[in-house]
Formats: sequence, structure tokens, C-alpha cells
Amino acid sequence: MSGPNLRAIWAIYTFELHRFRRTLLTGLLVPVITTSLYFVVFGGAIGSRMTEIDGIPYAAFIVPGLIMMSMFTESIFNASFGIYMPKFTGTIYELLSAPVSAAETVTAYVGAAATKAFIVGIIIFATAHLFVDISVAHPVAMIAFMVLIAISFCLFGFILGIWAQSFEQLQVIPMLIIMPMTFLGGAFYSIHMLADPWRTITLFNPIVYLISGFRWTFFGKGDVGIEYSIAFIAAMLALCLAVVGWMFRSGYRLKK
Amino acid sequence: MASIITISGLTKSYASGFQALKGVDLSIEEGEIFALLGPNGAGKTTLISIVCGNVRPSGGGVTVAGHDIIRSYRGARSAIGLVPQELSTDQFERVIDTVAFSRGLFGKPRNDAYIEKVLRDLSLWDKRNSKILELSGGMKRRVMIAKALSHEPRVLFLDEPTAGVDVELRRDMWKLIGELRETGVTIILTTHYIEEAEEMADRVGVINKGELMLVEDKDVLMRKLGQKTLTIALTEPLSAVPDHLAEWDVSLKAEGNEMEYLFDTRAERTGVSSLLRKLGDLGIGYKDLNTRQSSLEDIFVSLVHREQMA
Ligand SMILES: Nc1ncnc2c1ncn2[C@@H]1O[C@H](COP(=O)(O)OP(=O)(O)OP(=O)(O)O)[C@@H](O)[C@H]1O
Ligand SMILES: [Mg+2]
Repeated sequence: MSGPNLRAIWAIYTFELHRFRRTLLTGLLVPVITTSLYFVVFGGAIGSRMTEIDGIPYAAFIVPGLIMMSMFTESIFNASFGIYMPKFTGTIYELLSAPVSAAETVTAYVGAAATKAFIVGIIIFATAHLFVDISVAHPVAMIAFMVLIAISFCLFGFILGIWAQSFEQLQVIPMLIIMPMTFLGGAFYSIHMLADPWRTITLFNPIVYLISGFRWTFFGKGDVGIEYSIAFIAAMLALCLAVVGWMFRSGYRLKK
Repeated sequence: MASIITISGLTKSYASGFQALKGVDLSIEEGEIFALLGPNGAGKTTLISIVCGNVRPSGGGVTVAGHDIIRSYRGARSAIGLVPQELSTDQFERVIDTVAFSRGLFGKPRNDAYIEKVLRDLSLWDKRNSKILELSGGMKRRVMIAKALSHEPRVLFLDEPTAGVDVELRRDMWKLIGELRETGVTIILTTHYIEEAEEMADRVGVINKGELMLVEDKDVLMRKLGQKTLTIALTEPLSAVPDHLAEWDVSLKAEGNEMEYLFDTRAERTGVSSLLRKLGDLGIGYKDLNTRQSSLEDIFVSLVHREQMA
């Protein structure tokens, strides 16, 4: 065999998608229901009493944040589970004994998880249309953004799945770090609405730059300049790739 | 015959500092069945895991089919099928899917006819559409063998293939391994049981505490080690071995209530019947007879003993 083991990538990729298909109903219903609930509560009940933010109706304003929030969760959850489960059940022996490189493994697992996260993002986008009129200023950038976010967060989830040694560890990072950072990262408000010590502190939260950048693709403006958002995504991708590369080279928590 | 696996100076220290392998040298011939024999914790699984890529070696080198397992891991691993000791399967997958998955993972093009043949050979064809969680333990082990064979490996590793398997399935397994050898596959298996090595292997390696203590043709080894102990429970205790029994290697145990006779199962005459006849002639009554194969433990004791003597 010469060149990359494309058949292995395909085998893992389809295996993972097959795994998602087994839970298709919940996998699709959950984002639709969650989104609807957010619209009822934030868009309807609270939004009706709120003025526009930056000239955008509140119900529309929260759409990019909602999509991002679900995509973060989906990406981390799917990717971390995808690699954690084989470790947990022991089936990872097969992957480790197969003629598959680190890059091929990551491509397959992250690719599958990112595919699902992307689909969920699109579903939420479609659901949002039922509640509110939204037009997208930069559709190509929007899609590109979703793809990049899905890949970066799936890489992050993959790292988490390799690092975790228990189900608790698997959940602690998404629940205790990513969720609060997303909430405080301007998913449902503009950081300009905050008073100053908090506004400056918020700028240390990388999620702010991601949500702001995604909102820019919808409305042509965000909390921070789009160039910062792009720089942050690039940095996150590079960092995750570096960590994954190191994990495989050192056999970290994969090989004894 | 050419050697297909060459292991030289292989050492392994786990993160805990425990040294599981202490410099193993071993060469496996293409087409042979090699049995690795050793007690719990001897380092059998560690050795196999290093060759297959699941555990990193601390020192030394391994080549498989001419490929270094680190530098040329694709070539080495493509040649290997592994059935690990632990049963671990994707419970929710169908049998046929999980076997086809393995083939893809090893970079082989789809081949439904071959997969069907493997499943039929392992009596799994009827179960091909069942989810793995619906199978019995023995069937699951066969699924794992099917996965290992799915990519047509030249070398098959079976880590304790008959552990927790009933007598009938054990026979089936032996038969299957024999058939696989006919197709030219080299087989390395681990076991605790001497009879198993005896039944199947061409060569036997004995490993203990991370050291390969001997590697020998099975026939030679069995001749050396094929001793049995006959225990005779006497009706009346004896105070000493009667002089008339001097030509048999007998001793008294349990305060003279039992007589033990050590004999070679492979010898032309084991001496068992003549001993019993002699006991009859001497009027020594007995109420029970029991023979026992030299256990692996006995073998280790005698091996270690022999090493110390040398
Ligand atoms: N991950 C690990 N960390 C530390 N020590 C380990 C690890 N895995 C195995 N060992 C130790 O290495 C030694 C050899 O283990 P190994 O699993 O190779 O034995 P084995 O011959 O396969 O035994 P068994 O017949 O019970 O399967 C044992 O003492 C074991 O406790
Ligand atoms: Mg073992």
C-alpha cells in the first residue's frame, strides 16, 4: 500500500455517520426543540420588550448566537464521544493495530463529527426561519464560518476525548467552561451593552470573537472587527492541530 | 523456511516503572503455529501488543514481513491480524458491517465474496445481520476472529483464543486454527494450557516474568516435559517403599497413605500396568487411582531449576 489509506478514512467516516444515524431522531429533534424554546423565551417573551440591538430586531439578533452555541456543543460532544467510546469499550485496539496514520484518524473522526455539527447548524438556521425573518449578508462567508467552527471544535472535542479517562471528565469541560463562556460571550446580547470593567474582561473570552464573526456574516457588523474573528479561528485551528499532532507522536493516553 | 517476524532485544517498562519484558529475542517462521506459553502476568499480551502496535516498546526492535514496526508501520501492520485477549466489540453494529469495516480500515478494497467465506468458515453467516450484542460470548470471539481475518493477513495473533470457551468450541477453534494454517497463515497464539500447545503448535515458547525461558519444537519439549504423576491411594498405610518396587520411581506421600509414581507418557512402556500388577502380587491394596499432568507451574520450577544448575 502506498499513499494515504483513503479506504480507512472512508471506513471510519461512514462508521461514525452510521452511529449518528442510529440516534437520528433525537439528534435532529433536540436542536429543533431547543431552538424553538429559545425563540419562545428570548425572541418572544423577552424580545418583545427589548429594543433593537445595533438596528437589528432582537429575535433576529440571537440567531447566529444560537447556531454557534449548538454547534459548539454538538461538535465537542460528538467528536469527544467518537474517540472516547472505543477507548472505553476497548475496540480502539483495532484502530491502533491498523495501518492508519494519525492524520488519517483525525481526518476521519473529526470529519464525521464536523459533518454532523454542520448539519445541525443548518437545521437550526432553517428552524429559525419559522420564527423570524433573517437575511444573510455574506452567505458564502457564513457557510465557510460554520465549516471552520465545526472543524475547530471537533478537533477540540477529539482532544478532550483522548484526554478524558472517565465520563465525568468528558463532560466537565463542555459544561463548566464552554457553556459559561458561550453565554458570557455575547450569544444573546451585544458586549457593547455591558458596562466597562465587564466589557474589557469579556474581550479575554475567545468565544466573543467567534460569535461576533459569525454575526458579521449575517448582518455585516459584529462586536469586534471581522479580522480579529478570522485570526481567532485560525489560531484555534492551529493550536488544536498542534496538540493532536503531539498526542499521536507521544502516544498520549492512546498507547501504553 | 524464512522468518516472518524477528524480535530482537525487546524490552518494555510500563509507566508505572514495572518491567514487563526483559530483552526478548524471538524469530517466527513463516507458516508455523507458534504457541507462547506462560502464567498470568508473564508478558504474553505485552509482547503481542508491541508487535501489533498497541503498546510502545521501550527498547529493541521488531520487524514483520521485512517491515520495521515503527518506521514502516503500514507495511508491518497490513500483514497482521489481531484477536486480543479481551472481548471488545461494537455492540450495536451488525456482524457483517463490523467485519467489512475492519477490511476497510486495513485499506483493502471491498470484497463481499471473501467476507462471506470468512463468515461461513466461522459459522457466522446465519448471524450476519444480527447485532453483536445479540450474540453469545463464543460467537463474539468468532466475530473478532472474522475481523482479524477480514483483510487477509499473513500473520494471525490469537491472544488466549480458548479462554472462557467451552470444550466443544475449543475443539472447533483448534480445528479452525489447523485449517488456517493450511492456507499458509502464520499463527501465534498464547495459552496457559500445555494440552493446547501440544494439540496445535509446531513450536512452543515459554515465557515467565518477561523472559523467554525456552523456545523448542513441540515434540522435543513434550518429550522433556510430558511427565505425569500417578497417585495411588492405599488401603493400609506403608512405612517405607517395599524393596520389590525399587525398579519404579515411587515415593510415599500423606504419611504413607498414598504412593506417587512419576512416569513418562510418551515412553514405550509407562510402567503403570506392571506397577499395579506388582502391587497386586505384593498384596498391597489400593482404593483409588489418579493421574496428573505436570502443570505449567511444575514446568517452570523444573526450568528455573535447570537454569540454576547450568
Ligand atoms: N498498562 C500497564 N501498566 C503497568 N503494568 C502493566 C500494564 N499492562 C500490563 N502490566 C503488567 O505487565 C505484566 C505482564 O502483563 P501481560 O498482560 O503482558 O501478561 P500476560 O502474560 O498476558 O498475562 P495473562 O496470562 O494474565 O493474560 C503484568 O505484571 C502486568 O501487571
Ligand atoms: Mg494476556
